[in-house]
Amino acid sequence: MKQFGGPAAFINRNDINTDEIIPAKYLTEITKKALQPHLLEDLHLEGGQFDPHSTELREARVLVTRSNFGCGSSREHAVWALEVNDINVVIGESFARIFRQNMFNCGILAVELSKADLDQLFALKDKVTVAVDLEGEKLTATSNDATVECAFTLNPFDKKLIGAGGWLAYADANY
Amino acid sequence: MGQTITEKIFAAHLRDTPTPGNMVLDIDVIMCHEITTPIAIMDLMEKGLDQVCDPTRIKAVIDHVTPPKDSKTATQAKIMRDWAKRHSIKDFFDIGRNGVCHALFPEKGFIRPGNTVIMGDSHTCTHGAFGAFAAGVGTTDLEVGIFKGVCAFRAPKSLKIEVTGTLPKGVVAKDIILNIIKKLTVNGGTDLVIEFCGPVIDAMNMSSRMTLCNMAVEAGATSGVCRPDLVTAQYLWPFIKDEYQSPEQAAEAFSRWHSDEDAHYERVLTLDVSTLAPQVTYGFKPDNVKDVGEMEGTKIDQVYIGSCTNGRIEDIREAAAVLRGKVIANDVRGILTPATPAIFSQAMEEGLLKIFMDSGFCVLNPTCGACLGMSSGVLAEGEACASTTNRNFNGRMGKGGMVHLMSPASAAAAAITGAITDPRRFLD
Ligand code: SF4
Repeated sequence: MKQFGGPAAFINRNDINTDEIIPAKYLTEITKKALQPHLLEDLHLEGGQFDPHSTELREARVLVTRSNFGCGSSREHAVWALEVNDINVVIGESFARIFRQNMFNCGILAVELSKADLDQLFALKDKVTVAVDLEGEKLTATSNDATVECAFTLNPFDKKLIGAGGWLAYADANY
Repeated sequence: MGQTITEKIFAAHLRDTPTPGNMVLDIDVIMCHEITTPIAIMDLMEKGLDQVCDPTRIKAVIDHVTPPKDSKTATQAKIMRDWAKRHSIKDFFDIGRNGVCHALFPEKGFIRPGNTVIMGDSHTCTHGAFGAFAAGVGTTDLEVGIFKGVCAFRAPKSLKIEVTGTLPKGVVAKDIILNIIKKLTVNGGTDLVIEFCGPVIDAMNMSSRMTLCNMAVEAGATSGVCRPDLVTAQYLWPFIKDEYQSPEQAAEAFSRWHSDEDAHYERVLTLDVSTLAPQVTYGFKPDNVKDVGEMEGTKIDQVYIGSCTNGRIEDIREAAAVLRGKVIANDVRGILTPATPAIFSQAMEEGLLKIFMDSGFCVLNPTCGACLGMSSGVLAEGEACASTTNRNFNGRMGKGGMVHLMSPASAAAAAITGAITDPRRFLD
């Protein structure tokens, strides 16, 4: 089965919508690869600067954020923009339904943690790496000076989709 | 224990229960537009699976950027057009016959009470107004829908909103739904279907019910739904007249899709609209909502009347009632986009387009256009638009632009003064 995890990037904001993940002007693209340079291009963080081209984001395989991530437009382009940037896990307090389903439909992970667990992840300082144990439903985040372990639960059907490599493969085999 | 309307629809369409609590449903209507469908088509082709489950269940339209604005959008349209032809999809709408999907498909009579509907578009929830289960999905779900005619959902949970009281003059469905989103917040409806009910909803026409259901997703909801009744039957009458003896009899048949009295809801809210004022958004989230009075005087550069939320004939009439005999402010750009050709033509017949044009509005062909900032009215950095659309996200109508969501009457009032204005000032 596919491996999940790697270096993490952090975005400390609620309600990040799919227009912010990939702006509508790129919806005219008909290949996923074309979305690659535009991930989170228009994201604004209150009081802070956000650099969509930072090394942290470029090297990330895991994105850690807050609640209601992926709200708004149903565009799966938002998931693809993550995918073509090699991000295979998004961790948040909650996700918008369509975005969450799009993640699992593409065979990649949306992990929900409690606010307390997320606070612990956000408190880790530099260079955080996340390892995901899919079967054991737990993840381990390590930085230079600390380690945080969190348990999560996956919807059993979403887990099947991950195993099948996505919804199209699952549906083709079963219906 | 009784069932909600959504539970009844799920039970009637259940194909499989792959794991407890997850349901794979047979889908009656699979809707497609040129932004999210071409990638699904290309992917199916690449995998050697270029098939459709049943061409009569597929409804397709080119609506988001039409006419195409550049060669990329022209290519998206071409992929759709070729695909529709290849698979003999008869209900395919191209320029001259096309309009905003969620206004066009209901008008064509494609949705019936009890149906399951999916589309690669978050505002698919609009069709819940007909007593259907209609959900926006991503491209992979759409792809599987096209290919196999099924879609997976978690077992449905519902939130009931009972709307009571008497709607004051100048206050409409858009104001009600903005107020509801304010109360629920942008994720208060996540994983829930919002059931709109109560005397105010029962008295509403289909256009208003569609406006309500359209924005259910802005509260994070899976969908919105209204009870199918005589109003629904009358709207659908031209399409169902061979199946029933009268609209009354059709309404009686539709009552099999009513929620049971003892159905379970996760949450029940009551909203008395008797003192509700017109509502307007500020900021970049659809739950940032205030009474129009609190926003009065906020300067705007553009007014946009159109979209799947408020581009129907009733909306155009409502705005025209404010605009009649007036001209819009000098430094305001007014844009009207009737949502479908039939609406356009009806507005022309009623002399409404002339009212808009005489007041200084530009009238555009049916398209999504500025609503998602792809064409036909994109804002410049720092500009503000009074808009009848459904999303005010940062950059939605153009990078650095601000969108204030409001009713058609409020948008028309803003056009006249050049600033956010209580529309009741112009209604006698
Ligand atoms: S009018 Fe706007 S919200 Fe409606 S379908 Fe078109 S882009 Fe989406």
